[in-house]
Amino acid sequence: MKVLVAVKRVVDYNVKVRPKSDGTGVDLNNVKMAINPFCEIAIEEAVRLKEKGVVTEIVAVSIGAKVCQEQIRTALALGADRGILVETDVEVQPLAIAKLLKAVVDKEEPKMVILGKQAIDGDNNQTGQMLAALTGMSQGTFASEVVVEGDTVTVTREVDSGSQVVKLNLPAVVTTDLRLNEPRYASLPNIMKAKKKPLDTMTPEDLGVDVTPRVTTLKVEPPAERQAGIKVADVAELVDKLKNEAKVI
Amino acid sequence: MSILILAEHDNASIKGATLNTVAAAKAIGGDITVLVAGEACGAAAEAAAKIEGVSKVLVADNAAYGHQLAENVSLLVAELGKDYAYILAPATTNGKNTLPRAAALLDVAQISEIISVESADTFKRPIYAGNVIATVQSSDAIKVITVRTTAFDAVAAEGGSASVEAVASAHDAGNSSYVREEVAKSDRPELTAASIVVSGGRGMQNGDNFAMLYSLADKLGAAVGASRAAVDAGFVPNDMQVGQTGKIVAPGLYIAVGISGAIQHLAGMKDSKVIVAINKDEDAPIFQVADYGLVADLFDAVPELDSSL
Repeated sequence: MKVLVAVKRVVDYNVKVRPKSDGTGVDLNNVKMAINPFCEIAIEEAVRLKEKGVVTEIVAVSIGAKVCQEQIRTALALGADRGILVETDVEVQPLAIAKLLKAVVDKEEPKMVILGKQAIDGDNNQTGQMLAALTGMSQGTFASEVVVEGDTVTVTREVDSGSQVVKLNLPAVVTTDLRLNEPRYASLPNIMKAKKKPLDTMTPEDLGVDVTPRVTTLKVEPPAERQAGIKVADVAELVDKLKNEAKVI
Repeated sequence: MSILILAEHDNASIKGATLNTVAAAKAIGGDITVLVAGEACGAAAEAAAKIEGVSKVLVADNAAYGHQLAENVSLLVAELGKDYAYILAPATTNGKNTLPRAAALLDVAQISEIISVESADTFKRPIYAGNVIATVQSSDAIKVITVRTTAFDAVAAEGGSASVEAVASAHDAGNSSYVREEVAKSDRPELTAASIVVSGGRGMQNGDNFAMLYSLADKLGAAVGASRAAVDAGFVPNDMQVGQTGKIVAPGLYIAVGISGAIQHLAGMKDSKVIVAINKDEDAPIFQVADYGLVADLFDAVPELDSSL
């Protein structure tokens, strides 16, 4: 079966981001960019399913500026077979991304779409659920285990109370949580091979999708700083402070 | 203005997260309706009717909603939600699973995990794991919002007297089914509801050593959490994880033991009222947010703290 994997270009997770001093946005000048970690897990899962013989073709899709090709190439180096870039310079928001992905799904007709549960820049945690709604697919969000059997997929989900197992009819949308797998590193030969894999480019207009933002960011600012307190000398002083100063025990 | 809240509940009772979400709805202002979608959920609906500030409770009691599968509940929320100006849910795994699906069915955006209400259409929310706070304005007619529960003080669970109305519509998408749930059993309070939380990190060295923290927690009536490092190392199960990708907590007292204070952990606990850090590395970043820091070997300090309580 064919699997579609969505990948997003984000600030590398090791970078400590800062708002610009005028509050208009986050300072992205000379910042290292990378594939969103949850998307990397999504690719890895697709590749593992292919290695098991469950999946026959992996299509990696990214939406954004031309530079997002880099993240698609990374996905191709990790084992995706071909790439699709939906190129736009508009700030695409989750609903618009879901609509674009739906248009790609309509063309490609994959049996499963795997996405990260959220991107580490916007922290929205919406796109997979929205795509599932628009396509009428079932959804297995925050997945820690994915087992495909015939026309169904059984997904173990990380939920607040522990874990929940659901059985979904295919086609389905799966969003990945951290413990689903540990992504591999791309080998040099595979990075070279990835350069030759096909990568199609299309635009939101080609797909007939209106990507006008619905939400406007008015301002960004650093969070309120928490003041460091004091160091206590020993346990006795700690207990005294908690009882008599903070009055919390 | 009318506000619909998707209740967090387990059919028998209303979860605390619902009370924080009602608080956010009160901050927006308007007539508040709570939707209880479940199966044999009459008791939860009755409890919802008592919540302070709620004027109406809608109960959708149907087998299709029994395990609150997103495929089914989102259809219900989208159907009922058309008549409201706002649709809110707590940013629990349940709310996060269902609400974006309902938003897309309504063709509106969702604003995730708001931490404050600035005006009728403007909200603050954390991005980049809480390293940046964004003020965002929605242009949609129906505003679909999830609420970071720790940012809003819970309203009273008692004192209200809302009317309760049954909703007949049964939506069964028929493409998913519940198999089972593995619920972590514990006599201790729930992490997100506890007034005291004791958490352990990589410094605990192994899962057995968490016994020290359980003992301390039981003396304090506390819940026990862990950093992602401790969970990834296999010391404890993942439902104990506090942090950006785990649970967000804001108890009155948070005791971090053997936790260095990675950004992703701080994002999950820095709104706690009083933070205590016990770590033998005096340069650990956790001390930068701690009200009381104790530089000590946790294997000496924790038993001593336990015996002095």
